[in-house]
Formats: sequence, C-alpha cells, structure tokens
Amino acid sequence: MVCLKQAVDVSQLKVDPKTSQLLTASAPKKISDFDKNALEEAIRIKEKIGEAEIYTVTVSSEDAKAVLREALAIGADKAYFVNDQSFQDLDTSGTAYILAEVIKKIGEFYLVLCGEASLDSFSGLVGSRLAELLNLPQINSVKKIFVEANAVTAERTLEDAYETVKTKMPALITVTREINQPRIPSLMMIMKASKKEIVTWTLADLNIQKEKIEPKIKVVEVLAPKTERKKILITGENADEIAEKLAKALIQEGVVGR
Amino acid sequence: MSENKGVWVFSEKYDLTLEMLGKGREIADKLQTELVAVLVGSNVQEKANELIKYGADKVYLIDNPALERFQAEAHLSILHNLAASHKPDILLIGSTKNGKPLAARLATLLETGCIPDCARLNVDEKGRLIGERITYGGNAVAKIAFRSKPKIATIPARAFEKLEPQERSGEVIKLDVKIEEPKTEVVETKPLEISSVNIEEAEVIVSCGRGLERKEDKTFLEELAKILGGQVGNSRPLAEDRKWFTEWVGLSGHKVKPKLYVACGISGVIQHVAGIRDAKIIVAINNDPEAPIFEVADYGVVGNLYEILPALTEALKKQLQ
Repeated sequence: MVCLKQAVDVSQLKVDPKTSQLLTASAPKKISDFDKNALEEAIRIKEKIGEAEIYTVTVSSEDAKAVLREALAIGADKAYFVNDQSFQDLDTSGTAYILAEVIKKIGEFYLVLCGEASLDSFSGLVGSRLAELLNLPQINSVKKIFVEANAVTAERTLEDAYETVKTKMPALITVTREINQPRIPSLMMIMKASKKEIVTWTLADLNIQKEKIEPKIKVVEVLAPKTERKKILITGENADEIAEKLAKALIQEGVVGR
Repeated sequence: MSENKGVWVFSEKYDLTLEMLGKGREIADKLQTELVAVLVGSNVQEKANELIKYGADKVYLIDNPALERFQAEAHLSILHNLAASHKPDILLIGSTKNGKPLAARLATLLETGCIPDCARLNVDEKGRLIGERITYGGNAVAKIAFRSKPKIATIPARAFEKLEPQERSGEVIKLDVKIEEPKTEVVETKPLEISSVNIEEAEVIVSCGRGLERKEDKTFLEELAKILGGQVGNSRPLAEDRKWFTEWVGLSGHKVKPKLYVACGISGVIQHVAGIRDAKIIVAINNDPEAPIFEVADYGVVGNLYEILPALTEALKKQLQ
C-alpha cells in the first residue's frame, strides 16, 4: 500500500503581490515528491521479491485522476481514489482516519509506505497517525529498506546518529527523498496504465464516523513571508577590492570576529 | 469533563527541553497556569532538579535504566497515560526525528490536533494558542489555531531561547511505570560525523552549491570557515544529485540559524532559502547576477567564488587582526 497525496507543486506557486496571499487554487498539482519516492521504493521491493501487488491510496476533495494515472504508469497495479466534497477541510487527523478505513477495507498487506511529509503542507504527521490507527509498528524517515520473509529492516538518520531498525511485517514505513530516484514512465508504461483500474469511492462507500473527520486544527492565515534583507550589491575593480569591502561590512555587522 | 489545564513540555533531547521550558514559561504565565516538564531517562534525577531552575513548576520524572535510550512505544505510553489522567491544556513536544512521530501518535491516541514544527507560538488577544509554521515549501507562513484539546505542538530545536537558570521552587514527582514492549528493534546505531551534527548549532556557515566544480574544492570554503570559527555546509544537489555529501542545508535537510551564512555558488531555490531564513546576515556569492539567492541576501557579490573566497579569507584575516 502506498499513500499518495496530490500536492500543490510548490515550485510553481505564485503569490498575489498586493495581498501576499498564495494562489494555491490555480497552481498545478502533482504527486507529492516524497510519496513518489515511496511508490518507487514499493516497485523496487516488488522487483526484488518477485511477487507483490502495489496499491495506491489517495484521499482528496479534488479530482486526482490524472495524478493516479501517473502512479499507475510508474508501476502501481491498482489505484484507490477516495473523493468527497466534504474532504475540503481535512487535517492530518481526518486524513489518517480515512486512509486507515480505506486500507482496512482493501484487505491484507505487508507494508504501508508513505512519504515522510508532503511537498506542500510538510506536516509529516499522517504516516505516524495512520500506523497508530492500524496498530502497526512504524519506522520513520527511512533512507534504505531491506525486506526479508516476514521482517523489514530500515536505515534512518537521526539528529546525531544513524540507526538501523528492524520490525515484523505488516509495518508502516515513511521514506525520505534520499531513498531513491523515482523512475519516469515510458510511453509504453503510460499506455499499459490506461488498462489498469482506478477504484473510486466516496464517503458513503466507507465505514466513516462523520465527527472523526472534523478538523482538529484551523488555519487562520496563510501569507507569503516577508523577507527583509538588505540586498546590498558589493562591486569593485577586482576580487581583492570586493573582498575588502565585504569584510569591512561583515565586521561592522558584528557577525565575524570575537 | 474536567477542564484541561497546564502547559507541558517533553523532548528526549535535553537542550530542546530547556528551550521549550523558556517558551512554555511565557505561555503558562500568560494563561496563569502551571508549567510541567516530563523527563524520561536513566539516572536523570539531577536534571529533574535543573528543569525547575529553567522554569518548570513541576517535573514528572521517570527514571529507569531501561529508558536510557528513546523507545517509541515506552515513551508514547508514558506520555499517553500521564496526559490522559492529568489532562494538560497544551503539550509541547520536541520536533526531532523521534519526537515528531511520538507527537503524531500521541495526538491520535488522544484524538486531538497537532501543529508540527512551530517556529513561533503565541497566545493571541482572544486567548487562543496560535502556532506559526513554514509551509508550501517555504513560500508561506501559516498561522494555525486549535479546535481540540490537549493542544499538541511540535517545536524545532533552537526555535526558542532557554531562560537563565535561577533558584526557584518546584516539585519533582517520581513515577514508576510499566515499560511498554517495543514494536521495533534498533539493531545498530552509529554516530553521525561531527561536522554534520554541529551545523545547526554553528554561528557561521560557509555553504556551497552547484557552483562548486569539484568536491575537493570545498577547501576554499573551509579556509574561510576556519578563520571565522564556522562550519562548512552545502545545498541539496551536491548531496542528492552529485552524491558528494550525505547531508544538506535546506527545508528538507538541516535548518540553520547562524549569525552569518555565506552562500557560495548556491542559486537559492525556495527550499534552500527556507532552511536559512533565520540567519542574521546572508552573503551570496554567485556568478549569475539573476540567481534568486540575491533576492534574499543582505550582501551580494556577482563573481567567481574561486576568486572571491580566497580574497575574502585574506581580507578578513587582515582586518580581524
């Protein structure tokens, strides 16, 4: 199972210069980068162990079919798309709850793979919440995975150490972008993907308690940050002159020397 | 249901615990409530007393040789049991690689919301706790409020200042707990290289990007870093694409807040810029006058880093004497 989020492509996000509001509605969407790494890793695991099915799960209030077609072209076998208008205000708590219900409904699995965080909101909570709801062991921020018969070993980097962690499957793993370089689907793969199935469910198809998808946090304001930098360009006849001016400026700023 | 009250802090990292106590004290005073630290570890009685000096009114101390290292399930069950019975209003958890999943799981068990990686945290005029965090890949700052209790926020290292320790009174409550069986087993740990450990603490960082032609040329940066007592860093492409290094500075790597950040041959994509936002002074050296890094720099030099860096090193040597 790979959880995929359709995220705002933050590199193409524009800001209204007058209001500092983000124009997220008009920004292009794509599979969140980290989730693509999770999908790629699932495919690599499948290639190594031979037999496995890869299912992707996406929860969104918007149409995400194009993104799911891409996931199928990359190598997922089947995509589950849970689409409902009421998902507009979902937070990490509600998202994880719906994902858990979807995964329970789909059935048995060895591994749930998620990106460590999403490209746009970058919260990094859904994977851990989901594991807790599914009562699965979890390994987070993983940069290497080894799958054995019934166990999985993973490497992660902490603030001050590298750690190798082992657990039984089924388990949930969140991956970093270091883990792999996702493949780009060939035309052949794209053609083949059109025959693969996208299962679309709404809230009514799931065993969902409405109050559990109520958001538990509320975004009050999202604004582009103000950068108040001096933007002083230092010029000169040659490198030495520039360096001298710059050195002087830095000493005056009090950021160098004792 | 009794009302939730109190501000709690927990991190498996001691320094981060102290920093959160600094912020926690401010919030607790504003809300006129108590500040509680949860301390889990082995042989940490002395630290418990120290937490009082750094602002805690009360410390729940779980001192057990089996808890010398972080254990996800044991730590989770300790915090869950404590929070479920004492009902804090606010819970600040250190946003580390282990702390963040812990916060997410705790929020799930307590059926509450969590605001991750709050760079700022304040009580507004309506008495609401508002967390501020960077979002949309560094393009925006979101202000977020809670609609559930307890309010869980995760706090990155060095977002807040610890207080000056002072003699004050407080209560240390020692608790015995049943240690939850782990679901995962740490089979090996090895320490990170010293340089990458310290970059988030560094006061001066000289950092390189794609403009660096060969890995060995990092010595140009090291020379400058050396005389400034700083560290050398790099942007993500040098780690991810060229595989020269394993770590990087940026939103998805190390977020840094030095007094001085010198970006050499770094174009300045938004994710990198988000990771250096808190630097006091940013210097950009780049041969492309159109590079976006100049938009976020205090001092910019359009030029070849191979010429500017050695000259700057010499100039600073001379002027600092």
